[in-house]
Amino acid sequence: MNFAALKDLDRELARFRRRIRIGAVFVGLLALLLLARAYYLQIVRHDHYVERAESNRISLVPTAPNRGLIYDRHGRILAENYSAYTLEVTRERTHDLEATLAEVGKLIEITPGQLRRFRRLLAESHEFETVPLKSKLTDEEVAVLAANRYRLPGIEVKARLFRNYQAGPGMAHVVGYIGRINDRDLKNLRESGRDSNYKGSVHIGKTGLEQSYETLLHGRTGFDQMETDASGRAVRMLSRVSPVPGKDLRLHLDRELQAVAEHAFGDYLGGLVALDPDTGGVLALVSRPGFDPNLFIDGIDPETWKSLNESPDRPMVNRALRGIYPPGSTIKPLMALAGLELGLRKPADAFLDPGYYSLPNSRHRFRDWKPQGHGVVDLRRSISQSCDVYYYRLAVDMGIDRMHDYLAKFGLGEKTGIDLDNESSGLLPSREWKQRRWKKTWYPGETVIAGIGQGYHLTTPVQLAVMTAMLANGGRRIEPRLVAAVRDPVTHFWQPLAPALRGQIAIDPANLAVVREGMLDVTRPGGTASASAAGAPYTIAGKTGTAQVVGIKQGARYDASKLARQHRDHALFIAYAPADKPTIAIAVMVENGGSGSGTAAPIARAVFDYYLTGKRPGDMKPEATDGTD
Amino acid sequence: MARTDGWLMRRLRHLDPILLLLVLALLGISLAVVTSASGQSPARITGHLVNMGIALTLMVAVANVPPHLLSKIGPPLYATGVVLLVGVALFGEIRNGSRRWLDFGVMAFQPSELLKLALPLMLAWYFQRNEAVLRAKHFLVAGALLLVPFALILRQPDLGTALMIGASGFYLLFFAGLPWKVILGGGALAAASLPVVWHFLHDYQQRRVLTLLDPTADPLGDGYHIIQSTIAIGSGGLFGKGWMAGTQNQLDFIPERTTDFVFAVFGEEFGYVGAILLVALYLAVIARGLVIAGRAPTQFGRLMAATLSLNLFTYVFVNMGMVSGILPVVGVPLPLMSYGGTSLVTLLLGMGILMSVATHRQLNKT
Repeated sequence: MNFAALKDLDRELARFRRRIRIGAVFVGLLALLLLARAYYLQIVRHDHYVERAESNRISLVPTAPNRGLIYDRHGRILAENYSAYTLEVTRERTHDLEATLAEVGKLIEITPGQLRRFRRLLAESHEFETVPLKSKLTDEEVAVLAANRYRLPGIEVKARLFRNYQAGPGMAHVVGYIGRINDRDLKNLRESGRDSNYKGSVHIGKTGLEQSYETLLHGRTGFDQMETDASGRAVRMLSRVSPVPGKDLRLHLDRELQAVAEHAFGDYLGGLVALDPDTGGVLALVSRPGFDPNLFIDGIDPETWKSLNESPDRPMVNRALRGIYPPGSTIKPLMALAGLELGLRKPADAFLDPGYYSLPNSRHRFRDWKPQGHGVVDLRRSISQSCDVYYYRLAVDMGIDRMHDYLAKFGLGEKTGIDLDNESSGLLPSREWKQRRWKKTWYPGETVIAGIGQGYHLTTPVQLAVMTAMLANGGRRIEPRLVAAVRDPVTHFWQPLAPALRGQIAIDPANLAVVREGMLDVTRPGGTASASAAGAPYTIAGKTGTAQVVGIKQGARYDASKLARQHRDHALFIAYAPADKPTIAIAVMVENGGSGSGTAAPIARAVFDYYLTGKRPGDMKPEATDGTD
Repeated sequence: MARTDGWLMRRLRHLDPILLLLVLALLGISLAVVTSASGQSPARITGHLVNMGIALTLMVAVANVPPHLLSKIGPPLYATGVVLLVGVALFGEIRNGSRRWLDFGVMAFQPSELLKLALPLMLAWYFQRNEAVLRAKHFLVAGALLLVPFALILRQPDLGTALMIGASGFYLLFFAGLPWKVILGGGALAAASLPVVWHFLHDYQQRRVLTLLDPTADPLGDGYHIIQSTIAIGSGGLFGKGWMAGTQNQLDFIPERTTDFVFAVFGEEFGYVGAILLVALYLAVIARGLVIAGRAPTQFGRLMAATLSLNLFTYVFVNMGMVSGILPVVGVPLPLMSYGGTSLVTLLLGMGILMSVATHRQLNKT
């Protein structure tokens, strides 16, 4: 090694050491960068990441409360819960939905109806949502599915609470039904700020009491705070807020009375409302035909829905609340009372009924239902004979404005405030209404027919029931109530609900007594409904009515036998009993029933009989013993 | 050396005490973290201990081999490695979409792992041989020796390993005295060619880079690793959640948490204080390595010591950078921390070489 080479090596070594230092600086700078990053994550953004880590690991699992039960006045169950296994499918987790469905179909029976319903629900829900395929699995089905679960991804068997309406179609319009929460329900819940309480819930009340008492029946959702791992599996429970079950409801309604009323309708369609005139408690509320509410709970299959919805009998319409019909002669007692109260008539004022009435300077004849006329008629007879001419004349003397104002006091043309949703307010005509609605002036002839409850008049059975109850209770304006008491799920104490009163109308007792006598005459020999009251061990005060479905031409006669059934008149009957100390007031409407005395009054009689004496129609099955508690 | 010393004691004389202490400290931390990250899995802990035992034994063995002998195995090791890489290209087994493995029946083997030591050894041997007569052509030859395995590994494709091996080769050239104008020129050229390189990257590689820029774009896919590991580190805070108390770790939110993402577990459970300590330990290892390099009597020793030190840091930086979300996700373990036998053996062999260089200072002066 020569000197030059050594010197060269020294220079090399110096350069190497310089480069080592450069390397050290390079390393130091990058290490600082790493620590700066760690500082940013662990110190600057610490709170943010703590929060992210917490939300990673903690999940709130809602636990749905048990829905409140519904009982009739004697504690018979109307809506109950039961636990059962259900087969549910999460589309997102199935590899091939069709193959999975086919596979399931080989293991257990899936009916075409269940499959249709499943497909409809599937179409309405998101990929990740769980949709029921079959409910109420048998133990064998559960076992078969459990054994094959490993090859059926996305398929789950879950224990769930189900709702059952064992009272069947007869109670469908009262109790209603629950159904799966849909987008519209969700929107409503969100707008009313209740959506968080439905986190664990699948169902919500859709109609009837299930809808109107939803808040009480649902209860409060509980939450389990769970620690979960990355795969979403719960590792342990951190805390629990228990759900509060919904409140139970006890109705004024008597399930057996309802069944008797149902039975009395026979094949007829229509509506019936029976009230306790004292409290407004609804003793029976019938809308015929009914439907099976159980079909709706987990979604109805499209074809059944179509057949229900498109049936000419319109079983989904609650006729007691939403059926609007001309009240016909059933408003005559109220008209008579108005005449007395307004000083237009004295009880003894009598008029000759020649069978028709004509306005002054008019040749148009408003005919009486009895072509030859009723002869000389005073107020009581006008009610018991249902004399039209008497009321044509009274209406003209009263005028439409005073008529409107007086009838309105009895709740006509206005919602009764019953504790069910979607009640119709009917129509109580007035000059002002016609101007507003039709931009037309009121004609005197319209006043004439309004006097016998025809023309523009439209009422619902529940309105007529309230009107009847007010005649029975002396003018106390009650609001019909189905629910009598509410049970707290924690204390198990039944809290009675106070009757709802809208006030008291001042009526001269003497005037009311005359009208009530007239209504009693209706069921006495010679009255229009005497046949239906024959042999009753109590007294009935009532009024028959007939509402025209098709107009009868001048000079033509109504002949029921010549008309198709759907064109026959609607039959109406209002009544209360016992007449001296009424405990039940009723309004019956029989669609195309012909005459009030012929079809509607016998139904009321059957209801009275059962309610007042416990007598059941002879051809009716004895009371079912199940479901009583 | 006293004759009374036993055989084992004589072997241990060749260990550098500072380096040994630092390595043992890091391995101790690793054992703690892997224990926590594996959910105290006995299999994992035993495996880790066995790996450590084997790797430490090999380290002691290598430390006892004088550097001039070590330098001699450079060329055959390099040649073997390159031949195996060609073998991989021709007969290799495809795993996870790339051809990286050779299956020898009893064991599968990634030849690229071999090159991590073979390439520096080869280049150091080469520069040692031409120490006195270094010319530009020697750098060209060295560059070619670097590019051959680099290209073969890049083809597998394994961009991460190719870059790491490329870096080790570059460090060696740098310490051997590669002129600055070449370094800067090459850097500029590399920067200019980035768009072209981007074009040749595989889809998954492009995605990894894009994911780094915005991990939230694909939170359940590519971004998941980065999001979860940054949450783990960030939620650790100043002092951490405590050993075995990290929720991200214990509840399975951190993927690959005993191997590549072990730093996320560490950061979550030991916090910023822990991170500073860990980085300090690595810096101490590197500083010791650079000191050894500076004192090394031979060109081979100097180049090997300096290159291995910087190489170690590169692994640390790339891994921590990836786990804390400033570098793309590449499969690089954290040196001396991650579970895994191969990388531990490679690293401790490197430590053995460092120790050999440190303790054979006077003995092999030619």
